[in-house]
Amino acid sequence: MAHDTHTDINAFDVSDRPSIFNPWRWLNSTNHKDIGTMYLIFAIIAGLIGGGMSGLMRWELMEPGIQVFNGGLWGNEHNYLVVMTLHGLIMIFFMVMPALIGGFGNWFVPILIGAPDMAFPRMNNISFWLMPASLGLAVLSTFVDGGPGNGFGGGWVLYPPLSTSGHAGPSMDLLILSLHIAGISSILGSINFITTILNMRAPGMTMFKMPLFVWSVFVTVWLLVLSLPVLAGALTMLLTDRNFGTGFFDPAQGGDPIMFQHLFWFFGHPEVYILILPGFGIISHIVSTFSRKPVFGYTPMVLAMVAIGFVGFIVWAHHMYTVGMNVNLKAYFVAATMIIAVPTGIKIFSWIATMWGGSIRFTVPMMWAIGFIFVFTVGGVTGVVLANAGVDTAMHDTYYVVAHFHYTMSLGAVFTIFAGFYYWLPKMSGYKYNGFLGGLHFFITFVGVNLIFFPQHFLGLQGMPRRYVDYADQFEYWHKISTYGYMVTVVGVIVFLVMLAECFLVKRKAGANPWGDGADTLEWTLSSPPPFHQFSEPPVLVEDEKDHH
Amino acid sequence: MNFSKADKFICFGALASILGATNAMAQGLGFQEPVTPVMHDIVDFHDNILMPIIVVISLFVLGLLVWIIVRYNAKSNPNPSKFTHNTTIEIIWTVVPVLILLGISIKSFPLLYKEDVVPSKYDLTIKAIGHQWYWEYEYPDYEGVSVTANMLETREEAQKAGKPFRLGTDNAILVPVGKVVRFQTTAADVIHSWTIPEFGVKIDAVPGKLNQEWFQVEKTGTYYGQCSEVCGIKHYGMPIEVKVVSQAEFDAWIASQKSASTDTIKFAAK
Repeated sequence: MAHDTHTDINAFDVSDRPSIFNPWRWLNSTNHKDIGTMYLIFAIIAGLIGGGMSGLMRWELMEPGIQVFNGGLWGNEHNYLVVMTLHGLIMIFFMVMPALIGGFGNWFVPILIGAPDMAFPRMNNISFWLMPASLGLAVLSTFVDGGPGNGFGGGWVLYPPLSTSGHAGPSMDLLILSLHIAGISSILGSINFITTILNMRAPGMTMFKMPLFVWSVFVTVWLLVLSLPVLAGALTMLLTDRNFGTGFFDPAQGGDPIMFQHLFWFFGHPEVYILILPGFGIISHIVSTFSRKPVFGYTPMVLAMVAIGFVGFIVWAHHMYTVGMNVNLKAYFVAATMIIAVPTGIKIFSWIATMWGGSIRFTVPMMWAIGFIFVFTVGGVTGVVLANAGVDTAMHDTYYVVAHFHYTMSLGAVFTIFAGFYYWLPKMSGYKYNGFLGGLHFFITFVGVNLIFFPQHFLGLQGMPRRYVDYADQFEYWHKISTYGYMVTVVGVIVFLVMLAECFLVKRKAGANPWGDGADTLEWTLSSPPPFHQFSEPPVLVEDEKDHH
Repeated sequence: MNFSKADKFICFGALASILGATNAMAQGLGFQEPVTPVMHDIVDFHDNILMPIIVVISLFVLGLLVWIIVRYNAKSNPNPSKFTHNTTIEIIWTVVPVLILLGISIKSFPLLYKEDVVPSKYDLTIKAIGHQWYWEYEYPDYEGVSVTANMLETREEAQKAGKPFRLGTDNAILVPVGKVVRFQTTAADVIHSWTIPEFGVKIDAVPGKLNQEWFQVEKTGTYYGQCSEVCGIKHYGMPIEVKVVSQAEFDAWIASQKSASTDTIKFAAK
């Protein structure tokens, strides 16, 4: 759709935008764009912390023997596990989710549906400000006694009894509170998105005319609202098991540690789709924009996301094939899990069909998008392998799984974040970035992350178990290559930071639409950066000859 | 992790081995050499069916992307077409994946049931109890036979024992070759997981729960595995060592273990 309200909108670009140096603008902000910006900055900081933690792990794993976590500066083997645990939690809860949902979701969902802001601006503020509190508790937990040492070292899955009797110290309680707060933040944010999307669309924008990014966030926040309460329940039971003598997960009191795993993965599996679905939406926008073609198969794309969201809720126990489940139950989870490949395939092929026949410009966001389609395919097909419980026995809890989920997350989800960032950075900042630096960032990162994670498939097939601070000598070769890959990736991160600094120092003005006639969603009709308040009068939507986008 | 054939692989051999199982070695790419019927099936299913399918799919998507980059870049194709639907192709890319998955499941489900259901006739039961951080084994068929297996703590110790470091234990368990073993696991403290990659067995040891799988080893030798569920500080420090020996050797070992245990009892009685 296009619309013709340029002049009206510019009329609202008045100087009601407070100075960026005014702390109250940020602390008390109810503006969806400012809150989105804060989420993005938060995600970048958390990403640097989490990425630094993976550096510690790759440093340790470069050679057999314990060199880094040897009781010196970085602590002992326990601290390796703490770093590993926090790396997972930070990347999931404080990097990917804040970037995709809090950052891009806040910035662009209201704009893309022609709304002036989110439905509950004050709730939006508390959603954001709970996050630093939550991250603070998580980081604090690493400095507090966990039992075997400072911090909790039982993996992001928090399985009892390791998270109950195995870590008697208060560190785990801080982590539980941290996740509770992050969960409350996400639920409030989700309610906000659902309300906004259902009630604040511009006249004429029916549900099936919404841009795909809005649909992807809509599906995602439903997954959050439905799955997070289950996590909250499981966490609360952990808390009472630890502190008030209940025995939900304690076999000595008639409880069952496997029950926690069911509850955790009932949340945990939808969570991985929560991390990737908004990225699906971003990729659709980018692929369409730079192919100068409307999205191929809009309705199947929407339905595929809804199907992925639905099936995502009924496959959780494929994370638990080795716990000693009934074989018929396993067979069901095999079948259900493999079904997810079908809607995912529809998405991959529809992106390819969108590009097919297009007139493609290889801008920086388009490079990330094409890179994403490939790495996500690789991560997807190993997922089909792992879905087969019979074969999973050989790979379960090995580096094959680590490689698989990093291909979908560390490559997949992170590529979508960078794709979206480079796509919308001129819009959000008002400045053009240096395309050479952006392209360099892409190529270095692409080589680096593939070098980190592809060899991990080999390690996994050979039997290298996860969450090991030290390993048998024959695994050295691929571990070393994996660490070299990390070094390459670090260079990529530095290029990213340089690109960012250059962009804000040089201040090349970006026009309202730096991408040309492929970019036909509502955000490109606003100035860059958009006015502090937009669409005080709803934009008028005009159907052009194109299909909806 | 059988070291009997641990010769160095050169790159060429390593590439060839992607479709064939190898022992764990410096540059290995695929599974270790299977020694049980179940692991043979796993390797066969993975290497001959799953791997070709996923490689072809990945290369197909890569090929399409390369073609698009070459054929439909703005220079080669200045005027984009505007189509947004093609029912035939949409049906194809929905139905073909379904057929591929159905094809996979024809092999997948029989393998799952073969692996998961312990044969009604088994020759021997072994029970492993996971502790932080060592394995304790019981042979319920032979009263008084139990083994406690600790990792050899230092590289020197392992070298002296002639065992690989981080894999070798002070006491190995023995299993008779060719016999069907019902293998049970439980744990004393937190969750652990018992595995031998060459056996195709991985089964969690959960406190308050008794899990079981089975294996039937075809070849004598020493096999190594490692705890596969994070269990605390020394998660990396509770390896698994299984010696597969002839029935005669096994019987002799059982006898020696029994007399050793009765000796201890006598000693304790004194």
